[in-house]
Amino acid sequence: MSAAQTIPETAPGAAPRPREAATAWRHARHVITGNPVTAVAFALFFLLLLCAVLGPFAVPYNPLASDTANALQAPSWAHPFGTDQLGRDILSRVVVATRLDMTVAIASVVLVFALGGLAGVAAGYFGGWTDRVVGRIADTIMAFPLFVLAMGIVAALGNTVTNIVIATAIVNFPLYARLARAEARVRREAGFVQAARLTGNGEWRILLTQILPNILPIMAVQVSLTMGYAILNAAGLSFIGLGVRPPTPEWGIMVAEGASFIVSGEWWVALFPGLALMLAVFCFNLLGDGLRDIVDPQRRG
Amino acid sequence: MSITDTTPRVPLLDLRDLTVEFATRAGPVQAVRRVSLQMMKGETVGIVGESGSGKSVTSYAVMRILDRAGRIAEGSIVFSGMPLQAAPETAMRDLRGREISMIFQNPRAALNPIRTVGRQIEDVMLRHGQATRQTARARAVEMLEQVRIVRAAERYHAYPFELSGGMCQRIVIALALACRPQLLIADEPTTGLDVTTQKTVMELVTELTRVRGMSTLLITHDLGLAAAYCDRVVVMQRGQVVEDAASGTIFRAPAHPYTRRLLRATPRPGAGLRDLLPEGAPAGEPVQAPPPDAPPLLEVTRLVKAYPRPLTASWWKRGAAEPPVRAVDGISFAIRRGESVGLVGESGCGKSTTSTMLMRLIDRTEGSIRFDGQEIGDIPPRAFTRSPLRARIQMVFQDPSDSLNPRYTAERAIADPILRLGGRAARAGLRARCEELAGLVGLPVELLGRLPHQLSGGQKARVGIARAIALNPDLVILDEPTAALDVSVQAVVLNLLQDLKARLGMSYLFVSHDLHVVRLLCDRVIVMRSGRIVEQGLTAEVMQHPRHDYTRELLAAAPEPP
Repeated sequence: MSAAQTIPETAPGAAPRPREAATAWRHARHVITGNPVTAVAFALFFLLLLCAVLGPFAVPYNPLASDTANALQAPSWAHPFGTDQLGRDILSRVVVATRLDMTVAIASVVLVFALGGLAGVAAGYFGGWTDRVVGRIADTIMAFPLFVLAMGIVAALGNTVTNIVIATAIVNFPLYARLARAEARVRREAGFVQAARLTGNGEWRILLTQILPNILPIMAVQVSLTMGYAILNAAGLSFIGLGVRPPTPEWGIMVAEGASFIVSGEWWVALFPGLALMLAVFCFNLLGDGLRDIVDPQRRG
Repeated sequence: MSITDTTPRVPLLDLRDLTVEFATRAGPVQAVRRVSLQMMKGETVGIVGESGSGKSVTSYAVMRILDRAGRIAEGSIVFSGMPLQAAPETAMRDLRGREISMIFQNPRAALNPIRTVGRQIEDVMLRHGQATRQTARARAVEMLEQVRIVRAAERYHAYPFELSGGMCQRIVIALALACRPQLLIADEPTTGLDVTTQKTVMELVTELTRVRGMSTLLITHDLGLAAAYCDRVVVMQRGQVVEDAASGTIFRAPAHPYTRRLLRATPRPGAGLRDLLPEGAPAGEPVQAPPPDAPPLLEVTRLVKAYPRPLTASWWKRGAAEPPVRAVDGISFAIRRGESVGLVGESGCGKSTTSTMLMRLIDRTEGSIRFDGQEIGDIPPRAFTRSPLRARIQMVFQDPSDSLNPRYTAERAIADPILRLGGRAARAGLRARCEELAGLVGLPVELLGRLPHQLSGGQKARVGIARAIALNPDLVILDEPTAALDVSVQAVVLNLLQDLKARLGMSYLFVSHDLHVVRLLCDRVIVMRSGRIVEQGLTAEVMQHPRHDYTRELLAAAPEPP
């Protein structure tokens, strides 16, 4: 047997709460300090952000400058991550690549957040043919193996960074559309939506002012979870030779280039960009869990 | 009920100085403080209190099903000589269901939706070794018969969604009693049920427990219910026991001021609206009936709402098209200016469908709705949003939490109708108008900046009322406006509604399942059943001389304290 258990609503002697912003900040701080894993994720996130913004100015070597005399050097004090087959400093390349990978991930997530979210909310709220059209589009996308679909889109549209962004966004569309649709459907019959109808709000206004703001926090969690996937997708496309082209520093290409050296013992060429990729994905997934705790009203006490 | 044996009387359940703490960010909060309570074998005890009084937490502590943040900080729980406060989880698992059972508020949520009810009863008995694979089925059917499920062998195969709320609660009772426990904890077992169903369920519980010599702990917010069905009533307030007495005594001579206040706020025969407020509260304006010759504001004639039947059978099996379900089946009534009319009926009677149609949120199938001489039934709901009439018909919703946008402050919620329908002049004086409305509904102005989750239930109800009256409507539909509130808050809100009506000259249509609440506010009542009006008339007449059997049944179902 299960019990729906609630902490008593009014705690005896509870102090009146301060303003919302302060409360939200206190809550975020509580989640971070209360859960060390989330704290690690936030720390990693800020490190990635730092690399993306300041990376090109802070690295010790030019990431594109080759130095054939020093090719394939093992990690040392001069080159902490070693050098690749053209003698380029891997540390510099890994750090500089952060900006490109993050840009692709963020741009594609912003795009799909706007398109998928809006389409999903409209589908859930209006139902009928809007729902059917959005639902079938999502089904069609889901019918393909997603990475193969992304490959196809980039191959068809042309080998550019913009097209990687578009492909990643399209691949993630069903996730956002379905989540937004389900959340909007739940809220469509809520009392406050009925009340908004009685106070003279039109349907579109209700959609934008009543429904959308209430599902944004849930969508935000999804953003963080798909960010990791978007980075992986972008790197994967570069790995197989689509999208970003050498010599541009990019984690996927670097892993691809380094892969052939693993058998001959030069493990560092592929390992460090791969590690960066792993940490980035890891960071966003953990961040998603932390964000869920922040927005989940059950945890707000 | 007295037990006349010579053995020394050891209580079946003995709570001593029980303190339960919840860890919150602001530090530990004591939800239950030094509660002591003894229950004898065969005794029925009611714990009564308003939300946040710690009554449910006390029962969860006995079952040891507190959530992770909660812990028993102090005190002891002894169940038939066995200390439970530190018993290992494995021992508790054997105890739960076999020795102590629990019935929850929402029967549907307590049942597994994808398992037939018969199998669920079997599961419990098999888990505690009360039946074998061979006998389980027969025992389960027998249990169903005991809780008076008609055609039990057939219903054994039913899924919870195929049964009504009252039947689901009976299944939950069958589950709870299947292993013949010594103690039954019923946590608000009838809160979501209709009054007539409440009566049958409570009678079933008391009879079954009496026959089996079990003890029952009834947890409820309804003092009347506890007094009617319990031997003893324990009143809790803010985590503490304030009074513990035989139920007859507590009704005749309540000792604690809180019990007196609770008793006073409970709607009861013979008490008027003002009688519900605590003694010494400022009396509002006198309640006066509208002039009998006032012109009709709303006239409903032969109103029908029909829904097509759901397609259950496959198309090749279906015969001739079945007639659609008539949720509202040709009702006619009128509301005069300044009049309050109550629309009473149990769930599924069509009262909510009626109010949604009058609000022009859904289309009617047939009939006419004339508002102030204009036919509004023809205006489709979407177009009605922009109609100037929209401002003149407003509504107060059932659940004050659900009806406020969680991201709007109280002020923004109250301002919404003014912004959308008020015109430019009204928008200019928005802040002043919001403050004026807050004053009218008795909401402190400094609370206007708060979000719904920072307000109490009563305060949220006030925001909902302020929003409904913001545009000075002529007709306000009140859809069970106090159903989600504690009785003391209900008393205040009902009085507030009465005062507002007197000051602003509105008409009310009060939709409710509870005749005793409707009686307080309404000049006339309409009783509905299965989409039809079975009786309508002046409130006093209907209450004292009900003509229809169903009205009599409704009146008789309300719990009567000894």
